[in-house]
Amino acid sequence: MATIARGHRHDRGDDFGGDEFGRFEPRGGPAPGAVRRAARTGMLLALLAITMMFVAFTSAYVVRGGLSDDWQPIDMPRLLWLNAGLLLLSSVTIEEARKALNRGLRAACNGWLAVTTILGGAFLIGQLVVWRQLAAQGIYVATNPSSSFFYLLTGAHGIHVLGGLLALLYADIEAWRYRLGPAKRTLLEVTAMYWHFMDGLWIYILCLLWFGR
Amino acid sequence: MAFLLGLVIAIITLATMYGFAFKVWWFPAFISEYGAAYDHQFQITLIVCGIVFFLAQLGLAYAVWRYRDRGGRGSYSHGNNVMEATWTIATAIVFLGVALMGQKIWARVHLDAAPANALQVEVTGQQFAWNVRYPGPDGKFGRTKPELMKESLGNPLGVDPDDPASKDDVVMPVMAVPVNRPVEVLLRSKDVIHSFYVRELRLKQDAVPGMENRLHFTASQTGRFEIPCAELCGLGHHQMRSFLLVMSEEDYANWLKENAPQAQ
Amino acid sequence: MAQTGEVAILHHHEAPKGFIRKYIFSLDHKVIGIQYYFLALTAVLVGMTLSVFMRLRLAWPDATLPLIEGGKMTPEQYLALLTMHGTIMVFFVLTTAPQGGFGNYVLPIQIGAADMAFPLLNMLSFWVTFLGFLVMIAAFLVTGGAPIAGWTGYPPLSAVGEIAGPGQGLGQTLWIVSLAIFCAGALLGALNFIATTLDLRTKGMSLMRMPLTVWSWFITAILGLLAFGVLLAAGVLLLMDRIAGTSFFIPAGLVISEQIISHKGGSPLLWQHLFWFFGHPEVYIAILPGMGVTSQILSTFARKPIFGYKAMVYAMLAIGLLGFAVWGHHMFISGMSPYSAIAFSVMTLAIGVPSAIKTFNWLGTLWGGQIRFTTPMLYAIGFVSLFVSGGLSGLFLGQPSLDLYFHDTYFVVAHFHMIMGVAAIFGIFAATYYWFPKMFGRMMHEGLGKLHFWITFIGVNAIFMPMHYLGMVGHPRRYADTTGVEYLGSLNSLHVFMSIAAFITIAAQFIFLFNLFWSLFRGQKAPENPWEATTLEWTVPSPPPHDNFGGNYPEVYRGAYEYSKPGVTKDYVMQTTPDAAAH
Repeated sequence: MATIARGHRHDRGDDFGGDEFGRFEPRGGPAPGAVRRAARTGMLLALLAITMMFVAFTSAYVVRGGLSDDWQPIDMPRLLWLNAGLLLLSSVTIEEARKALNRGLRAACNGWLAVTTILGGAFLIGQLVVWRQLAAQGIYVATNPSSSFFYLLTGAHGIHVLGGLLALLYADIEAWRYRLGPAKRTLLEVTAMYWHFMDGLWIYILCLLWFGR
Repeated sequence: MAFLLGLVIAIITLATMYGFAFKVWWFPAFISEYGAAYDHQFQITLIVCGIVFFLAQLGLAYAVWRYRDRGGRGSYSHGNNVMEATWTIATAIVFLGVALMGQKIWARVHLDAAPANALQVEVTGQQFAWNVRYPGPDGKFGRTKPELMKESLGNPLGVDPDDPASKDDVVMPVMAVPVNRPVEVLLRSKDVIHSFYVRELRLKQDAVPGMENRLHFTASQTGRFEIPCAELCGLGHHQMRSFLLVMSEEDYANWLKENAPQAQ
Repeated sequence: MAQTGEVAILHHHEAPKGFIRKYIFSLDHKVIGIQYYFLALTAVLVGMTLSVFMRLRLAWPDATLPLIEGGKMTPEQYLALLTMHGTIMVFFVLTTAPQGGFGNYVLPIQIGAADMAFPLLNMLSFWVTFLGFLVMIAAFLVTGGAPIAGWTGYPPLSAVGEIAGPGQGLGQTLWIVSLAIFCAGALLGALNFIATTLDLRTKGMSLMRMPLTVWSWFITAILGLLAFGVLLAAGVLLLMDRIAGTSFFIPAGLVISEQIISHKGGSPLLWQHLFWFFGHPEVYIAILPGMGVTSQILSTFARKPIFGYKAMVYAMLAIGLLGFAVWGHHMFISGMSPYSAIAFSVMTLAIGVPSAIKTFNWLGTLWGGQIRFTTPMLYAIGFVSLFVSGGLSGLFLGQPSLDLYFHDTYFVVAHFHMIMGVAAIFGIFAATYYWFPKMFGRMMHEGLGKLHFWITFIGVNAIFMPMHYLGMVGHPRRYADTTGVEYLGSLNSLHVFMSIAAFITIAAQFIFLFNLFWSLFRGQKAPENPWEATTLEWTVPSPPPHDNFGGNYPEVYRGAYEYSKPGVTKDYVMQTTPDAAAH
């Protein structure tokens, strides 16, 4: 049984091993690739924690929406849909970057990464513009429960996207310094996981805001 | 060491049980229809817990003394599935049985509606007092408005004088009810969460701002009982207290009349 | 297998040089564990000091006290002490020491790993927690002082600002910010624990061979991962109600001191649901590591395998799972649906079943043993006794009908202090006496340890058992004194008794502190395996080298609790002993 447990960790075809910096420095247990697996597990767990937070926001949204007689639907600025498009597109480009790196095509990878970063940045700027548009209509955080939730959910999502953007920028810099080789797949892989999740989360929030108006 | 530890555990166990068995500190006598069932359910839970407490603690004390190191070897056992299954099933039956038995009281308090002839009384908490309002002869509570809530003007509940239903409302700092008559309490709060607690009724219910929580009871004995606030409500929490005055029908009618607003 | 080849590529991982990288911003889980432990020690001294003043006020409300402005404690000062005592103890002691402290130090070694999966996150989680602690302490120092809304921070009291009472201004805001920061740190820690346990176990360390301590930290981390995000969300909403003018928790038409509050439409119960969805699992976050440590220690010093290892694991999993389905039992009288109260009640009593399984298995472990009465063993036995005492009162409080009388009385205070307070603290003490030799390379003084145990064990029972009687009489909790309610007048003697018991118990804690620091420098040198225990941390030097195993990762051949195995010369078999050598 022990051998099975052990074999299971070895035979997954962990090609390169080493940690996310490509160094063969043991960080626990002698299995190469354990750090890589742990990085993916860790990212999944982080996404689970983020999910719980948004589950809590959702339940607050449903409860608060259900009991109030002061709920006024807000006009969702059309720019939101464009922003969603940008974010969806960036999911495609980061996937391309990941594939390129797996094939060892560094230049292509760097290009796709840069595009993803720009799209992510554009999304955040777009979200800020949406906030400005709402403020111009006189809709602020405390105007109405629906606007409170609008700012809350977009804001909470935006902060998380910003975190992802910082990770992308880090990857960009590494790439720029010729340090983003196939051995650093893990970094890009977990960033991509996170980025796709932010994408899905945004679709979810849009649906919530749209149907819960 | 082994003997001493076993002894101390045993003494703590017995001392604790003494306090409960001889009712050194105990409930006051009950005055509501829930009281008998409540005290019975408490007694059953106490007996179940008492037996488990006694056996577990004295079992621990005995094991500690009996199996102290005497220089041999421990018995090599990884457990016993039959025993595991037995105590799992036994505790499940006992605990869930106790839980289900107690639900009858809960159902009577919260699932049964108040009798149709119940006297309605509104109790509103505020920092740090209870306001009790009676609908008066018309049986209707008048409208209230937050902007009128001024205790300095003698209108803590903000009763709107423009509403005809409010003319005969009686607002008091204490709660009088007639004996043996069903009473329904409408609980509200003006500011933060308070909790309405009468030990003798065996009842407690939070007064939550923005909500109306209801309770109903029939008091079976006359007397004066305290209503402390049981939910932290600010610096005067420990001073927030009113009285439940249970009176004969006659006294109650007089009391209401004495305190009725003067016709203008 | 590939073992030798791999070891060849692993070189001894150099320890950082320089004081700051080594002891302050260290990435080493052992240093971080010790940092967490000392943070909790600092926090517990603060929390304990607050309780001294609370007990003074409760027993002698008119006494002139030192360190208090004006000499006499006002009710709002009492409530501020109460709020901060609860918050600091729950978050910065009971969540920090067992998990962040001992979990961090011991878990990687017990599974045969060189460090946590993410050392940088680990360091970050400690410093974030530390920042949270500073912000919490800052609440004492701002104008208006510390908040008075209790550790549960129910709105509207916690949401409407200074108008609701002193301390409800900036103090309350800092309290919320501190908790939010704490949540962030706890989440980082939790994901690190889970990833480490899942992915960094050494060869042969299958899940069902893990020590029960590892299981308890693992399950605790899962609870933390799922619960702290919810508290963080609730904290964000509460903060927005306070500073952004939203109305998530504040209903319409509030009038405080004749002033109309402009919020409208929010729900105070929403906070309670969110808070307790976190808050109940939090109870298990505090107590589960104590259960793990108790299991480990009982088995070690009874010289017996743990009774029903699998049942213990499943019971902890069941407690963790059910822990997310019982939050409503904190809200029976809040005005929540009476039907859901029945469902919550059934789930709550169901959670008593795995708790009882654990108790029976502990007794089963002692039965037939050869008990060695070391200080950690005394504390582990004390844990079992307190767990029984504190757990059984839950049987009363889990029934909504009985809760009609007991809710928010001292019966509740007795219950949770017994089980989540002192039982969990006994777990921490047991762990301290047990692992101190490993952590610091020196033994603690046994005589002082035993003296500390006797006073503490009798003392905590003397403090918290009588509290049940206060609850029987219907003494509401969070009362600054007994002067406002007539029927409480007769209870002063009990308060005096509990206060004196508390002062003696607290005084005894200085024996512990002295022992801790004395042993740190003067204790007898600890051998590798002073307790003759079987788990991996006892196969390495005390204290272990920087990467725990010096590059020679252990291979595990058996479960964690092989004591008194027939046919073996010694009465214990290490997890790393190959089968051939075990006979």
